[in-house]
Parts: sequence; structure tokens; C-alpha cells
Amino acid sequence: MTEVLPSVAAAEGTALYAWLLVALPAFGALVLLAGGRRTNAWGHLLGCATVLAAFGYGVVLFSQTLGFDAAQRTRELGLGTFFAVNSLQVNYGLRLDPLSLTFVLLITGVGGLIHLYAIGYMAHDPGRRRFFGYFNLFVAAMLVLVLSNNFVTLYLGWEGVGLASYLLIGWYQDRPSAATAAKKAFLMNRVGDVGLALAIFLIWRSLGTVQFSEVFPRAGEIGGPTLLAITLLLLLGACGKSGQFPLQAWLPDAMEGPTPVSALIHAATMVTAGVYLVARCSPLYNLSPNGRLAVAAVGVITLLIGSIIGCAYDDIKKVLAYSTVSQIGYMILAVGLGPAGYALGIVHLLTHGFFKAALFLGAGSVMHGMHDEIDMRRMGGLARHMPITFVIFSTGYLALIGFPFLSGYYSKDAIIEAAYAAGGAAAGLFGTIALLAAGLTAFYMTRLMLMTFFGEERWRNLRSADGHEYHPHESPPVMWVPMVPLAIGSLVAGYFLASGGRLARWLEPSVGSLVAAEAPFPPVLVPIFTVLVSAVGVLAAWLFVGRNPVPVVRPKRVSLPVAAARADLYANAINETLIARPGTWLTRALVFVDNKGVDGVVNGTAALLGGSSGRLRRLQTGFVRSYALGMLGGAIVVIAFLLAVSYS
Amino acid sequence: MLGGEAGVGVVAQVPHLQAPTVDYGAIAPVLIVLGAACLSVLVEAFVARSARWSSQVALTLLTLGAAGAALGVHLYSFAADGRNVVTLAGTISVDGPALFLWGTLLALGLAAVLLIADRSVEPGGAFSADAAVRPGTAADRAQAEGAVRTAETVMQTEVFPLFLFSLGGMMVFLAANDLLTMFVALEVLSLPLYLMCGLARRRRLLAQEAAVKYFLLGAFSSAFFLYGVALLYGYAGSVSLARIAEASAGSNRPDMLLFCGLALLMVGLLFKGSVGPFHTWTPDVYQGAATPVTAFMAACTKVAAFGAILRVLTVAFEGTRWEWRGLLWAVAIASMVIGAVLGLTQTDVKRMIAYSSVAHAGFLLVGAIALTAQGLSGTMFYLLAYGFTTLAAFGVVTLVRNADGEATHLSQWAGLAKRSPLTAAVFAFLLFALAGIPLTSGFTGKFAVFSAALADGMAPLVVIALVASAVAAFFYLRVVVLMYFSEPAIDGPTVSVPGAFTTAAITLGVVVTLLLGVVPTFALNWAALGAFGS
Repeated sequence: MTEVLPSVAAAEGTALYAWLLVALPAFGALVLLAGGRRTNAWGHLLGCATVLAAFGYGVVLFSQTLGFDAAQRTRELGLGTFFAVNSLQVNYGLRLDPLSLTFVLLITGVGGLIHLYAIGYMAHDPGRRRFFGYFNLFVAAMLVLVLSNNFVTLYLGWEGVGLASYLLIGWYQDRPSAATAAKKAFLMNRVGDVGLALAIFLIWRSLGTVQFSEVFPRAGEIGGPTLLAITLLLLLGACGKSGQFPLQAWLPDAMEGPTPVSALIHAATMVTAGVYLVARCSPLYNLSPNGRLAVAAVGVITLLIGSIIGCAYDDIKKVLAYSTVSQIGYMILAVGLGPAGYALGIVHLLTHGFFKAALFLGAGSVMHGMHDEIDMRRMGGLARHMPITFVIFSTGYLALIGFPFLSGYYSKDAIIEAAYAAGGAAAGLFGTIALLAAGLTAFYMTRLMLMTFFGEERWRNLRSADGHEYHPHESPPVMWVPMVPLAIGSLVAGYFLASGGRLARWLEPSVGSLVAAEAPFPPVLVPIFTVLVSAVGVLAAWLFVGRNPVPVVRPKRVSLPVAAARADLYANAINETLIARPGTWLTRALVFVDNKGVDGVVNGTAALLGGSSGRLRRLQTGFVRSYALGMLGGAIVVIAFLLAVSYS
Repeated sequence: MLGGEAGVGVVAQVPHLQAPTVDYGAIAPVLIVLGAACLSVLVEAFVARSARWSSQVALTLLTLGAAGAALGVHLYSFAADGRNVVTLAGTISVDGPALFLWGTLLALGLAAVLLIADRSVEPGGAFSADAAVRPGTAADRAQAEGAVRTAETVMQTEVFPLFLFSLGGMMVFLAANDLLTMFVALEVLSLPLYLMCGLARRRRLLAQEAAVKYFLLGAFSSAFFLYGVALLYGYAGSVSLARIAEASAGSNRPDMLLFCGLALLMVGLLFKGSVGPFHTWTPDVYQGAATPVTAFMAACTKVAAFGAILRVLTVAFEGTRWEWRGLLWAVAIASMVIGAVLGLTQTDVKRMIAYSSVAHAGFLLVGAIALTAQGLSGTMFYLLAYGFTTLAAFGVVTLVRNADGEATHLSQWAGLAKRSPLTAAVFAFLLFALAGIPLTSGFTGKFAVFSAALADGMAPLVVIALVASAVAAFFYLRVVVLMYFSEPAIDGPTVSVPGAFTTAAITLGVVVTLLLGVVPTFALNWAALGAFGS
């Protein structure tokens, strides 16, 4: 299992300017957010230009790196000292290696296309400039996350991404649901962040360094239990950011943001940070089979939950969101398989980046033409009215369900195959669940297609929420042109990346070589089975949804499994019971002690009435007595405690 | 106390009594501040009323500059030989931590005095023109309005000498090498603060309530402190920190005195640092006092109190650390939990920052009880970082006003970003720093403190601290949301254009917060310059 890690060379030549990758979008964000209204006219263009320029530079770096030997593809660019005190040394720096450069291309490439799309989508929003400012901020933070060469700056990017995401989810300020969703996303992410922070502290405690180039070669020095703790805490961080069980509930709610945000942040880039983290820390996970097992288990649970809930929603973006939860579950499962899966997870991440972005932008195009309607029950027969959107959406759909020889076929099947081949007691279970979930994926996506683009045109007799008739129409070119490259990617990226293990070989210096898995049965069976199961899913969708008229109003009386799926498999209820309630009780108890027990009144309100002095005086007199009593009590406890310790 | 052995009957020995040698160079910063404080009293007495404000401001700024220069001169020689100066018959120890914290105090004091001196945000200044006028009377209303700047409505300038005395007391407090000097310094720093709390121009009843409350509770805690000193004297036969350490190292004296003394002493110190559960005064006093005074208290008193806590624990009680450590664990946890959880329910900006300061006191204590070089430097760095952030935050609070003065209720801050993007952005940045988001000093400070605690084997405490900071982040964020994502209230407050002084103070705070977040190495190295000497 020990890998010889490649040497880390100092960057030179063109790569010396790699900091531009981060600086360009950061500069864009600064100009747009600080520039105020003056930049309204051209702000969005600057926003796009910075990201596309970063993409261009990323391509240069990438092709340059392709020319090197595998052993020399990892380079570092030091940018100065962040911390240097006692034994703690943290340097600003970028790590340019195959893994980070792959992510750079994904973030700036797909991100650039979505930026272009957003010019059209946000055209009528008065805050478009600010939107592009946040968007650029997000891209910059995400690039910091994937390019940093140590855990502390990675954490910096990690927090930055969460912050930008928070600002964008809450974009529609007039909707209380958006504010709630933003809050939920932030809180669940914080849970994950605490995990990541603890993992970083533990790594530093064990090795005295947080630089990747020092931590990974010395990973073997960390004791077994500590290593397991580190891997589990990193997994907790990954769960928060990537919407994995048990922290998955924020991701679908995050669809409250504008659709480009859903496409960029909650499908193609930010939510893949967890996968990146595990793949980046592969030298740690390689040494901890139990850590890997936990990762794989979380992936399997999530992919199953996501695909089940996806079947029950009528909101087009929520279905796609649960589909994202489920597909990232596949990626987490893959990276949890260890050397047999890291590269496969990244391949699926890239293909998913293409087809899920195409699907989300397609959904945004549908909403654009339908007065921002998101309820699929009110759609139907749109294929005729939006032919281009329909074709692009269909490529994404086919790629996602794993239609033979499209992107998803290569990337997802490989993961299912690797899961079966992983060995151990759980392998058969993991593989089978992943296989069944592929069938469910086919079901919910076909259901979505049928309800949206086929069948009766149910919108003809309906009015939108603000009383307009629906006039579905194709979106302007600035919206559909950026979707074309994504659609092409959905068609061919899988073959390109997977054939002959192209990406796997490229990633070798970062995540180790792909260990060919030995399946307990002929490997050719897996694709056949997967296609068959998916076909059953498609057929079932047609039998249940396509053949029958779709009720415009969601049926109330449904079977128990459907009800459970509609309630997100009770994830919110569970969170509420386990975390929110005890938290509320603690707050109430403390407030009670602080106000009632000690003060006698609610101080905050008393202070609010600051003007009415007489009343205030009555309320405040005597408090000192109770404060002093509190102090006396505290002092007695302190003395008693010390004496108890020293005389016990 | 010098004549401990020299009784009344030994008059013959008087000619041989030598005056203690004084290293004037080392303690020059303290002498300058306290000397200027006396001078400032004379200015108050003899300079014409119209020129008083300008002469006081000039004198105070000059004093801080001169003290800073004197500190720089001594620091230059200290950096060369690293020699700790123990002077004034062993009562003052000018060592690495003392020098760092003196520098911190002078810098924070500069920012605080800029806020105090501002007269443009609140017409006539934030301080009462006539502190003796009865609240609620016509005269009180007239001076609160203060729009017409007459001799009756221009602020009193007693606040400057009070400020200088308090600052001098803080400097002595954290350098005191024996408990009696420490107690005297405690009173020197506290008494002016009690007065300053009651000088607010607006909401005078609230301010005077706060002052009286702070005074009564402060006196109570001083009594604890003094009783602790007495018990420790009984135990060790000396009030010197080093003697106490020696006494506890190898003796069969009764531990009862030692631990009771330590407990009472700590109660007094924790009270000053507003560490929960001895924090009860903090929200009321922070809210009631004039905001510039609150800023001064929040930043500088914390520095002084934690400087003293670090010194006492390290110099006098390191040997008995295993006895008291569990206790301070519990106190730190209580402080973090109380601050983080109660902060969630606050509806007033100043009270919210007060509870935030209780939580931060808990984080500081986590570093302080590590008792390693790293814990010491981390905690001192945290004090510097936190001081500037919280000071600038209170500076912003002074700007958001309505007809009745500062609009501190959170609902009044809704939609502030739409009216005043710059103010909202600055405040959001400061809140992020308090929450510990990377690239701000809050993150580096927490990182330094928590890693020191972890290195000293306090992993569970660090876990709790991280969870508490995650919870606390929520209430800071709530304010950001309110400012950015809510519609402004119809009759909401306006943001005053800050005068040059307030602008300078806020800018200083923001720049330091940013610099310590991005390039903290310099300050961290300086904090790690030396250990306590005695």
C-alpha cells in the first residue's frame, strides 16, 4: 500500500505566475464589490473576463505540465510566510499538481461558462453587478481551496467558499425561505468546518507541520487511533461541504439561490470539495482501512438516500439537487475504495460537472421561459416550445442515467464495478446498492423528463403565481450557447477521460496509481447489468408517469414510502430532535438562569426601554445584590473545587 | 512594606536604610503616563475652559507617543541582551511579556483616546458636560441635546486624566511582581474606570446605574482579591510571587491557606477579565457606559487582567498547576458556553459584543492555562488582535445613530448595507474577525491559542472551544445577515459621517485586524520574545 510519493519541485517559468489564477477573480470581486454603482454597466463583463482569463492561464499551465515526466508534475510555488512562531510554520503557497490543475480547469472552465450564462439569466436583476462580485469571490475562494499547499490555507478557501455560497443562497432577500436556506447551509457547513479544523489541529499535533509536502511522506508516523480520528474528522468536513449523510439536508434547500448558483456551486464545484479533500489526503486514507470504510459507507448511504428522495419531488431543481446528493455519494464511495477508486471518483466528478451543469442550466432555461415556475406538475409538453433547451437537457439526462457510451456510462459503471471488486464483507452490499441506485436514478430522471418536456401541456389552463399566462419560449443565445460545450462534454467527456485510463494515469502523481480491481465475476457483466437496471428504471417511470395523466395538484394520499421520501426521509426531523432541540433547551436554560434566576427580569427588553428612566431604575435597583450573590456562589464553588482536588 | 523588619525601635539603623535602586529607563513608559496624568489634572484646573479640550487631547496623544518612544528605547536594549529588569525593590518586573503588553496597551489606548476625543459624531462629545446634573431634569435634556455648543453643553474633559490614570494602573498591574503592588495597581486602574462609566452624555441613568453597579461589584471583587492576598501571605510569609512559588515548592505548610488564597485571588482576577461565571457585570456595564469608554474597557482591561492572570499563574503557581488546572478548565468552558449561547439571544449590539467578550475571555483562558512558551505568546497575540477588533467594532457602534443617540437595538441595524455600504462592510469584516474567519486576526489568534492548548495536552478543551466558536459565529453572522439581507426600517438610524478622530481609530483597528490576519509573523515573533522574569 505504500506509494513512493513524487518529489516536489519548485515552480519556475510560466508557473511562477500561478498566483494569478487566484488573483484574477479576486481582483474582479474587489472591483465589483467596492466599485459601487459606477461599475454597473460593465461589471458583469469584467466578472466573466477574469474567470475566462484564469481559465486560459490554467490551460497553459496544464498543457505545460502534460509535457513533464510523471515524477516531475508536482510543483510548489511559495508565496511567503503566513505563520512562523515556535514550532508552527505555515507558508502561503500553491501546489500545482495534476489533481489541483484538473480542478482549476473544472472550476474556471465550467465556472466561466456559467458566468456567461448568468449574464442573460440575471439580466433583469437590479443587483447583477453584486451577483457577479459574489460569483468571482466564490471562484477565487474555490481556487484557494484546491491550489493551497497546506491545510491552513485550504481551510481558508474552505471557509471562503462557504461564505460566498451563503451570500448567494440568500440572494433573493425578499423570500424568507431563502434566508432560512442560507442559514441552514451555513450551520451545517459549520459542523463540517469544526471537523476539518480539528483534523488539522490533530495533524499538526502529530507531525508538527501542516504542509502537504511534509505531512504526506510522514503519514506513517501518525499512530493508528490518531490517524483514524483524523480520517473521520476529515470525512466530517467533507460531509458538510459535499452534502453527505448526515449533513445532506442543506443542499436541496440551497436551491433557493438563482439557478446559475445552483449550477456552479451546488452541482459542479463547491460540493465536490469533499471529494477533493479525501482524494488530496489519499496518503492518509491509504494507511487507514477503517477510515476508508467509513468514507465508502457514508457514500453508499448518501447515494441511496438521494436517489430515493429524488423520486418524490415535483420541484425540478430539488430533483436535480437530490440527484447531485446521490451522484456525489457515488464519488465519495469511489474515493472511499482507496487506490482502486480515487481516480474513478475524480473522473465521475468531472463528467458530473459537465452533465449536471447542463441539466441545471437547462432547468434554468425552462424556468426562464415559464415565469420562474419550478413545479413540474404545471409543465408538460415543453419539448416543442424549447427545442434547443430540450436537446441540451436530453444529453445531460442520457449522460446521467448512464446511457451506453455517454459520459455517465463510463464513470458510474467503473465505480459500481470497483465497489463490487473491493473485497471484504461489505463489497457485495456496496456494489448492489450502487447498482440499484442507478435504477432509481433512471427512474427519477425519466420522470422529470416526462413531466417537463412530454405529455399534455398542462400549463395552458394555468396561471403563474403572479397571475400571468404561461408563454414558454426558447431562451436567448447568451443563455443557450454556453450550454452547448457542456452538452458536448456530457456526450464525450466520459469516453475521453476513461478510455485507456487517461485521467487515471494523469492523476498518478497526486493520488497514486489506479489499482485494477479484480471483480469476483467477469467485469463485462457490470455494464450490462447497470444498463439493464437503468432500463428497468426508465420503463417503470414510463409505466407510472408517462402513460397516465399527471395531476396538476400533488396527490395528498400517498403510500408510506412516498410520504417518507417527500419528507426527505425525515432528515430534518432527525436533525431537529438531535441537534436543534437540545440546543434550544440549553439556550433557554442559560437565559433563564441569567435573567430570571439572577436578574429577575429580561435585561435586553429592559435596556430597550432605556428612555423611560423611572421604570428602569425600579427594575435595576437590587440587581447588584443578585449579581454579588452570584459571584459569591462562584467563589465558594471555586474554593470548594480547589480544596476537593487538593485533599482528595 | 519595605520596613517589614524595621520596627519602630530601630531608629538608629535609619541612616543605613538604602533607597531601592530604580531602573528609570525600564519603567519610563509607566512614569510618563502617570506623570502626564497628574499634569492633566493641573490642565483641568488651570487652563481656560475654551482651550481645555484641545490641550487635553494634545497632552494625551503626546503622552502616548512619548511613552511609546520610551518603550521603544528600552525594547531596543532588551532585544539586544534579553535582560529582564526587576526594579523598585522587586515590585515591578519589566520582562518580555510586560513589554509586549505595554506596547499593546499603549497602541490600544491610542485608538481608544481617539474615540474618546471625538466631538463631531456626538455634537459636543460623548461625555456629559455636567456630570452632576440630575438625570431627567430640563438641564439634563438640554445638555443631552447638545446641538448648540455653548459653555454649558461642551463635554467635560476630566475623562482624559481619568483615562491616563487608568492606563497607568493597567501597565503597573500586569508588570507587578508582588501581590500588594498588583492590588494597588488594580485599584488605580479600576477607580477611574468606575467614574468614566458614569460620564455618558446620553441615557445618563443607564450610565450611572452601570457605574454604580460596576463600582459595587468591583469593590466586592477587590475584597476577594485582597483576602486572597492575605491568605497567601499567611501561607508564604511574603506577597512576592517568586516567594510564593518557592514556598509551595517544597514545604509541609498547610495547603488550605494556599488554595483558599489562590481561589480568592483568581476570583478577583477573573472578574476583571470578565470571565464567566464572574461576568455578570459585563453586559450591563458595557451597555450603560458611553461607547468610547466601553471600547477602552473591552480592549484594555482585558489586556491588563489577562496579563496579570498569566503572570500570577506562571510565576507563582506553576508548581501547583495540577491542582488548579481542572478548575480553570471548568471556568474556561463555562465562560465559552455562557458567552456563545447567551450571545445568541441578545437584541442589543453592545450587549452582544459584551457576551462575545465573555466567550473570548474563555478562549483566552484556554491559552493562558497552557503555561508553555507557546501558550504565553499565543494568548498575548490574541489579546492584541482581539483588542483592536473589538475597539474598532465599538467605534462603528458610535456611528449608527438616531435622534436619541446611538441606535444599538439590532432591529435598527436592518438593511444598513443599503444606506451605508462602507460602514456595513467594515462592521461585517470586524464581525468576521470576532468569529475567527481566516485572513482576519481572529483566525490567527484562535489558531495560535488552540494549537498551544493542544500541544499541552488539552484536546477536549480545544474541541469544546471549537464548537463554542462555531456557535458564536452564528450570532455574528446574524448581524451580517440583518445588515445585508433585510429591508431597512422606515425610521431607521442614520450613519453619521465620522470625524477625523473616529475615522483614525476605526481605520487603525481594521488595518491591524487585517494585517494580523494576513502577515501575523512579526507580531507573533514579538510576542514570543521573552518569558516572565521575577
